[in-house]
Amino acid sequence: MAGPGDRPRHPFDLKVPMDVFSDPSNRDVYITGFLWILKLTLAGGAGALVLGVVLAAMRVSPIPVLRGVGTAWVNIFRNTPLTLIIFFCYFGLFSTLGFSVVDDIDLNNFWLGVVGLSVYTAAFVCEAIRSGINTVPAGQAEAARAVGMTFIQTLTIIILPQAGRAVIAPLGSILIALCKNSTIVGTIGLMESSNAMKDLINANGNAVIPIFLVFAGTFAIVLIPTGYGFGWLANRLAVKR
Amino acid sequence: MSTDAVLYDHPGPKAKARNLVLTIVFGLAVLGLFYWIYSRFDEKGQWAGSLWKPFTESSTWTDYILPGLQGTLQAAAVAMLLSLVFGVLFAVGRLSDHWWVRLPAGAVVEFFRAVPLLLLMFFIFFGVPFITEQPMSIFWAVVLGLTLYNGSVLAEAFRAGVHSVPKGQSEAAYAVGMRKSQVMTHILIPQAARAMLPVIVSQLVVLVKDTALGYIISYSELLQLGVNNLAANYGNVLQAAIVAAAIYIVVNTLLTSFAGWLSRRTRRKGRAPRAAGAATQQATIEPGLGGGGGVV
Repeated sequence: MAGPGDRPRHPFDLKVPMDVFSDPSNRDVYITGFLWILKLTLAGGAGALVLGVVLAAMRVSPIPVLRGVGTAWVNIFRNTPLTLIIFFCYFGLFSTLGFSVVDDIDLNNFWLGVVGLSVYTAAFVCEAIRSGINTVPAGQAEAARAVGMTFIQTLTIIILPQAGRAVIAPLGSILIALCKNSTIVGTIGLMESSNAMKDLINANGNAVIPIFLVFAGTFAIVLIPTGYGFGWLANRLAVKR
Repeated sequence: MSTDAVLYDHPGPKAKARNLVLTIVFGLAVLGLFYWIYSRFDEKGQWAGSLWKPFTESSTWTDYILPGLQGTLQAAAVAMLLSLVFGVLFAVGRLSDHWWVRLPAGAVVEFFRAVPLLLLMFFIFFGVPFITEQPMSIFWAVVLGLTLYNGSVLAEAFRAGVHSVPKGQSEAAYAVGMRKSQVMTHILIPQAARAMLPVIVSQLVVLVKDTALGYIISYSELLQLGVNNLAANYGNVLQAAIVAAAIYIVVNTLLTSFAGWLSRRTRRKGRAPRAAGAATQQATIEPGLGGGGGVV
C-alpha cells in the first residue's frame, strides 16, 4: 500500500493511514470506538425489540388504556430527535434527576445511551410489527377465535409468528439504523467511533481522508452486507400466500 | 388485516367485566407511573416556578426558541431541496444502461446510506478544512451531511418508484417512438414521483429530526439555542428539553399529517401506480399514523 516518494502532507497519500493506524494507541482508539458501537447496538437492539413487541401488543389489545399508552409512546418518541433524547437522558435523567446505573462514568453514559436508544428505537419496532400484523389475513385471527382462543393466545400462537416473518426486512433496516444511530451517544462523552474519528482527525490533519475512509468503510463493510442479508432472509422466510 | 376487533371477539358480559377490571388496574398503574415521575421531579425541585416561568416570557421565545427553530427549518429546507436533486440524479444514474454510470452511482448511494450521519458531519466539519485549508461553514457542514445521507435514501426511494411504474408505460412510450431520456423524464419520473410523495415527505420528518445533530457541531438550531443556551441562563435544562421536544413533535406531526393527506389525495385519483418492493411498502403503510415505519 505504501506509495512511492515522501509526501507526508498530501491528504490522499496512502502511506499515511498505515502510519496513523500502525500507532498502537491510535489503533486502540479505533477498536474501542467500534467496540462501544457494537455494545450499544446489541444492548439497544435487545431493549428496543422487547419494548417494541410489548408496545405493539399493547396497541392491538382490547384495553383502551394500553392502546393509548402505546400510541402516545410511538407518537412522542418517533417525532423527537434522538440527539434530544440522548441529551435528555444525560442532562435530565442523570444530572438533574440523579438517575445513575453504575459509578463508572463511561459505563454509566453507556447505559444512559442504551436507555435512549431503546426508548427511541422501540417506537419504530412497534410500528414495524404492527404493520406486520396487518399483513396477516383476517381469516387467521377469525379461525383462531372460532376455535376459542383468547386474545393472548391468538396473538402469540397465530398472529405474531406469521407477522414476525413479514417484518424481518423492516426490522433489519431498523437494526442498521440503530447501529448508525449509536454514534449519537458520543454526544454525552462516550468515546465511540465518531468521537474517535474526530480526535484522530484533529491529531493527524495530514491523513484526514484515509482516517475517514477507514471509519466510514468499517461501517459500510459491515452494514451493506447486513442489509442484503436481511433482504435475503426476508425472502427466504416469507409466508407464501 | 384490520387490527381493530379482529384479534378478539366482541366482548360479552364476562369479557366486559374483565376488560373493566384490567382497564382499572392498568389505569392505576399508569397513574402511579405519572405520580412517580411527578414526585421524582418534586424531590429535585423541578416544579419550581422560576424554572418554568421563562417560557411565559416573550424574550425567551424571541431570543432562543424561535431563532433556534428558524435554524432548524432553514437547514432542513435547504437540505431537502438539495437532497431531492441528489436523489433524482443518482436514481437515474443507478437505472442507467451504462455500467460506468450505474456502478459508481450505486456505490455512492450504498456508501452514504451505510455511513452514520454524525460521522459524515464530523468529517465535513473537522476534516475537510484540513484539506481545503479554509474554515468550513457550520451551516453547510450540516446541510451537506443531511443532503448526502437523505439524498441517497431518496435515490433508493425514487428507484423503487420507477420500478413500481407498470412496464406497459415505458413499453408504450418506446412504441410511440420516444427516446430513453424522454421515457425517463416524460413517463417514468412523473409517475414515480407521485407514487413516492408520501415517502418523500416522511423523509422530510427524518431530515427535521436529523438537523438536531447540528447541535453536536454547535450549529445554532433548536437544541442548541432553545435547550443548551436557554438552560445555561435559567438552569432549567429539563424543562427546556421538554418544551423543545414538544415543538419537534408538533412540527413533525404536521408534516406527517401532510404526508397522510398527500397519499390519500394521490390514492383517490386512482392512477398512481401501486408501490412495490419492500422499501416503498414499509414506508407507505399507514402514513397517516406517523410517517414511514421504516425510517428511523
